[in-house]
Amino acid sequence: MRKVVGLILLLVLVAFLVWGVLLIHPFGYPDASDMDDYIIQNAQEETGSNNVVTSVVFDYRGFDTLGEATILFTAVTGVLLLLRTEKRRKEGS
Amino acid sequence: MLSKIVRTVTNEFMLFILVFGFYIIAHGHLTPGGGFQGGAVIVSGVVMLLVAFNSQELKKTLHERALSIMESTGALIFIALAFAGIGAAFFYNFLVGTPIFGRIPATGPNPGDIWTGGVIPLMNFAVGLKVIAGLSAVVLAMALFSSGEEIEE
Repeated sequence: MRKVVGLILLLVLVAFLVWGVLLIHPFGYPDASDMDDYIIQNAQEETGSNNVVTSVVFDYRGFDTLGEATILFTAVTGVLLLLRTEKRRKEGS
Repeated sequence: MLSKIVRTVTNEFMLFILVFGFYIIAHGHLTPGGGFQGGAVIVSGVVMLLVAFNSQELKKTLHERALSIMESTGALIFIALAFAGIGAAFFYNFLVGTPIFGRIPATGPNPGDIWTGGVIPLMNFAVGLKVIAGLSAVVLAMALFSSGEEIEE
């Protein structure tokens, strides 16, 4: 019974994935969006930054960069918590 | 600790790596790059120091506590700059048009001016500080951990 249910779920998943692959745009022809045009036209005026990618990362999408920085902070905190050597030695000796 | 040739070359190269990394951070609003990338360049120099000298030697100059404080300072500057524009919106670029980093370049290709970008160069510096300190602390902690295991066994 479990195997049959698993097989059905697997087939449904494969069907969804194949459907998704078939709906991908042809390579090299992305959908035009109004936001791309807006940012390319106005980024230099609005943010004063010649590098439009940086102006997107730090200005238009600053909240995402905050999340990225938080990920880095969490990773550093985790590594330092796990691998800190000094306290472990003091407790051991 | 590696041979004297490796150590000498590392000492000479570290200066160039630092200059290149800070150049990438400082020109983040003009050329490709920015805080994350320039910080990673500088941390690659720290890894080179770690390979040439051993971790016990590097621990005397790079303190974990100082690195933690440096990383938290970078994060705080970043969030403070984000909150400074809260009058209009979170992460609003409030410095455009003011005398500090406020010049506006011509639309289209132009040679670039370091004194543009509003809050973006400052945020690049904050993120660069954060990445340098954070990744250095991670690499140093991993090296110390592995060397400590070898000593204990």
